[in-house]
Amino acid sequence: MPIRKGRYTLEFVNAPVIAGSASVVGKKEGEGPLGGEFDKIYDDTTIGEQTWEKAESAMHRDAVTRALASADVSSSDVDLFFGGDLLNQCVGTAFGIKEMEMPCVGLYGACSTMALGLAFAALAAETGIAQTVVAATSSHFCSAEKQFRMPLEYGNQSPPYAQRTATAAGAAVVKSSGSGVKIQSVIIGIIKDVNVKDSNNMGAAMAPAACQTIIDFLRDTNTKPEDYDMILTGDLGDVGSRLLIELLQRQENTDISSVHADCGLMLYDLNNSDINSGGSGCGCSASIVCSYIMRRLKAGEIKKVFFVGTGALLSAITPLQGDSIP
Amino acid sequence: MSITGNQYNEMVKKASPPSPKIKNFIKAFLVGGLICAFGEGLAQIFKALDISKIKVDALVPIILIVITAILTAIGVFDKIARHAGAGTIVPITGFANSIVSPAMEFQSEGRILGTGANMFKIAGPVIVYGSATAIIYGIIYYIASR
Repeated sequence: MPIRKGRYTLEFVNAPVIAGSASVVGKKEGEGPLGGEFDKIYDDTTIGEQTWEKAESAMHRDAVTRALASADVSSSDVDLFFGGDLLNQCVGTAFGIKEMEMPCVGLYGACSTMALGLAFAALAAETGIAQTVVAATSSHFCSAEKQFRMPLEYGNQSPPYAQRTATAAGAAVVKSSGSGVKIQSVIIGIIKDVNVKDSNNMGAAMAPAACQTIIDFLRDTNTKPEDYDMILTGDLGDVGSRLLIELLQRQENTDISSVHADCGLMLYDLNNSDINSGGSGCGCSASIVCSYIMRRLKAGEIKKVFFVGTGALLSAITPLQGDSIP
Repeated sequence: MSITGNQYNEMVKKASPPSPKIKNFIKAFLVGGLICAFGEGLAQIFKALDISKIKVDALVPIILIVITAILTAIGVFDKIARHAGAGTIVPITGFANSIVSPAMEFQSEGRILGTGANMFKIAGPVIVYGSATAIIYGIIYYIASR
C-alpha cells in the first residue's frame, strides 16, 4: 500500500514498474531532434483514416498495441486501463481502444494526462487491485485545432509565445512487480488559477501549478533538485519554462535550471517558424516519456527522473464567457 | 516570498516575446497592397476590354474570391497569411478564406450539420454586424439627405 508522505506525496513500498512503453508521432514531430527515438513516425496526418479524430484514435491504438508488445502482454491480461486525450468525451482514447476489451477509465488531465495516467496506474498496481495496468494518451494537431481554435486552412497569425499541439501518442504498461523502470512516488497537483486569459499563452497559465507541485514534492520528500538527474516538465514551452524557473527562484530561492528539461522544448526543431514557443498537447510529454526517457532510464544513463505533467484547463467555451484559464 | 497576481502578470509580460509589429506591418502593407494593385490591374484590363463599370465591379471581387478559394483548398492560403496577417485578412480574400476554411474543416460532419452549419462560423459575425451597421447608416443617410 502507498504511504502518504508529507502533505501530498504518496510513496510506494513495492514500487510498481513500467514494464514496457511505446510512442508514435506525426511527421513534424518525427523531424524533430528526437525523431530517431520514436517507435513509429507517420508521414500522413490522416494516417489513412477519414477524419482527424479517427486518425488520433488510430495513433492511440497503435501506441497501446506497441506498448503491450514491448511488455510482452496481451490486452486480455490488462486489469485496468487509464487513458484520455484533449477531445470532448475523450473520444480519441475510447474509439481507439474499444476493440481491445480492457476495463477502461477515461481521464481528463489536459496535456498532463500521461503523468496522471501513470500515477493512477502505479497506484492501482501498488495497492494490489491490479497486476497489469496500461496508461495511455494522445493528441493530434488537427483535431485539437478544430476543437479549440480555428479551422486549419484559416489564415491567421499566432503570436511568438503560442505552442503547437503535438500529433503524437504514448502508452506505458505498469506492472505490480517484475523488471522495468520503478515508480517510487507520485504527487497529485492542485489547480492554480493566475488569471491568464490569453488562450495562446498556455505556458504562462501552467507554470504556477508546476511550480507549486515541485515545491510541494521536494518539501514532502525532503529532497533537493540536485537529487534528481532530471526534473522533466510536460509542455511549458519556452515562455512557461522561463516563468517556472523564475517563480521557483523568487518564491523558494530554489534553482532547478541545471536539472530542468521540458518536453515542449525537446519535441520540435525550435528554429522552425511554425513552432513558436514549443510543443504542447497530451502527446507531447507522452511520446517523449514513453520513448526517449524510458530508454535512457533503462540504459542507466539517468537514474532518477521527476516527471511533472502540466496541463491548462482550456475550454472552447469558458474563455468566451470571460473566465481565465487555470 | 509569495508572488501576487500583478507581479506574475509583469513576469508573464516580460517572458512572452511580443509579435514583431513593425515587420508584420510592413509585410501586411506589401501583401495587402499587392492584392489591391492586382484587383485594380484587373479592373483596368476589363475597362480596356470595354466591359461596363457595373460588370467590372462584380468581376474583380469574384476573381479574387475564386483565387482565394482555390489557394485555401490546396492549403497555400494559410501559409501566405501566416506572414501577411492583416494584408490577406482585410481585403475580400480574408472574407473568402474565412468561409472556405470552415467549410472544408467540417466536411467530415456532413453536408448539412457540418459544412452548412459551420461555413459562416467566422464570417457570420461580419455579415451580422456589417448588415446591422449598413441599416443604421442607411437610416442616418436617409434622414440627413431629406
